[in-house]
Amino acid sequence: MTLAHLPALVVVVPLITAPVTLILRRPAAAWALATGACAFSFIAALLLVAEVAAHGTISYHMGSWAPPWGIEYRVDILNAFVLVLVSAVAAVAMPYAWRSVAAELPRDQVYLFYTMYCLCVAGLLGMTITGDAFNLFVFMEIASLSSYVLIALGRDRRALLAAFQYLILGTIGATFFVIGVGLLYLITGTLNLADMATRLVSVQGSRPELAALAFITVGVSLKLALFPLHLWLPNAYAYAPSVVTAFLAATATKVSVYVLLRFYFSIFGVQLVGGMLPMPEVLLGLSLIAIVTASLVALWQTDLKRLLAYSSVAQIGYITLGLSMVSRDGLTASVVHLFNHGITKGALFLLVGGIALRAGRPGFERLRGLGRSMPVTSLGIVIAGLSLIGVPGTAGFISKWYLVLGAIELGRWWLAAFVVATSLIAVAYVWRFVEAAYLSEPGGQTPAPGEPPPIMLIPAWLMVAACVYFGFDTSFSVGTARDAAALMLGVSP
Amino acid sequence: MTFASHYSYWVTIVLMVAGLYIVIARGNLVKKLVGLSIFQTSVYLLYIAPGKLIGGTAPIVAEGFRVYSNPLPHVLILTAIVVGVATLALGLAIVVRVREAYGSIEEDEILAADRDGEGGA
Repeated sequence: MTLAHLPALVVVVPLITAPVTLILRRPAAAWALATGACAFSFIAALLLVAEVAAHGTISYHMGSWAPPWGIEYRVDILNAFVLVLVSAVAAVAMPYAWRSVAAELPRDQVYLFYTMYCLCVAGLLGMTITGDAFNLFVFMEIASLSSYVLIALGRDRRALLAAFQYLILGTIGATFFVIGVGLLYLITGTLNLADMATRLVSVQGSRPELAALAFITVGVSLKLALFPLHLWLPNAYAYAPSVVTAFLAATATKVSVYVLLRFYFSIFGVQLVGGMLPMPEVLLGLSLIAIVTASLVALWQTDLKRLLAYSSVAQIGYITLGLSMVSRDGLTASVVHLFNHGITKGALFLLVGGIALRAGRPGFERLRGLGRSMPVTSLGIVIAGLSLIGVPGTAGFISKWYLVLGAIELGRWWLAAFVVATSLIAVAYVWRFVEAAYLSEPGGQTPAPGEPPPIMLIPAWLMVAACVYFGFDTSFSVGTARDAAALMLGVSP
Repeated sequence: MTFASHYSYWVTIVLMVAGLYIVIARGNLVKKLVGLSIFQTSVYLLYIAPGKLIGGTAPIVAEGFRVYSNPLPHVLILTAIVVGVATLALGLAIVVRVREAYGSIEEDEILAADRDGEGGA
């Protein structure tokens, strides 16, 4: 019987855990509960994706109120896939958090960290699973408010300013989104996404609908850090505690991409977004600029964490590049890269957190000779770095492969060449780490030999292993993404 | 369609643009939050105003009442107000911490302090 309630439980369990950890106050108890909740969500998400793959879309009626009156949780292959990504990263990061958080936060704030972490997980999962536009906004704010707090917990005082900037821009983004939803509600009189989609067909291309599309696009683009709305991201990632950076980089922007995909293809429809409006061209242009400029800026960073943050902006460019193709291969690339980049960046930031534990800020002058003093960590960063570049045999290659396929299918050979050429910039910035870690003599600031504790290394290496695994066995990642792309375009899989 | 018939929309737009302008143009962190609140308030109006019908009653099934005002926007905005209050509270809390860490809440002074003390604190 509980299986039928999985769509609700996957969100409710971390949501309820949050206040319980707040009451418990004991760090160990809070950690254990939060770990249990994240692990539960992960298992529930896996069960959901299996159920959806076998029997099709699940519609869960909150409190047995039938949609469109009640709130509907709707799980299809696209959001089941995103649920797996979010809950997997949340669960893997928890064992890691035990040592990392204890080292980076004052002891009396540790239990508060777990409270906020659970809220953030619940918010992101809720955004993904809900089938109700206003419910989505509320979960978006739950996730955002908790992530502002998590970022502000960083040791550096600049974390406060980064959190404040993110709060301002994030709130503007969410408010734009809710203005868009309000306009759609005024047109259709419904907040249920599926119901909204059917009612919008009769007014397709009307001015309020276009205004709603514009507001939602800008609002969600702020959240997903699409160039030039990415200004909050580098500082937020650079100064947040290590676990927070790894978790947010792997999930928060990805869930926002999902929201954009959902609104574009399930609500406004491919005819409006892909045919009547120049949205593909706009997204294409912004994606290209994002990839080139953010990659180049990443090259000049003096700090590995900031470098990876700028690289995230570039990688989001690849995801929106796939979206802008509005084709089966393009959307497959987009969804696959959402997943592959999530695990790659998660792995990288977890490993960098290990360096931060031993060396403080991961500035390049402290990474000199790291290949000898922290060989396991360095090797992990190199492997995940290869996935970031898109070397064959890693997950990153699979995404680039589908991007190139999509570009060729549209006859845009220059775009295929562009994807390959920009990967070379990624080679350059990953090389900067290799050069510092393996080809430089240890300097005075290099940490003493020794790895971070196994409880931090093992989760990080799990993610590194996933980067390699999904480079060879693509039946889950690509298979699911292709089905999701077919679903979005409304063709049979 | 006259100016007066869309009165609430004009108010909404003025509040929206004014709020956003304050957020962008002011360097004082508290003033930025004030602007943000005004911006969010405009959305409350955007939702609530169209729900009201002149002569409409509460949505009760009874003899003699045909027109009613839509109660759903009120419920939605009640939630949005809670979100807005939480955002403002969190924003102010961060401003307090910023003041403790930097001794200022002016954006340019804070950025200057970070440039001088690169890698500090």
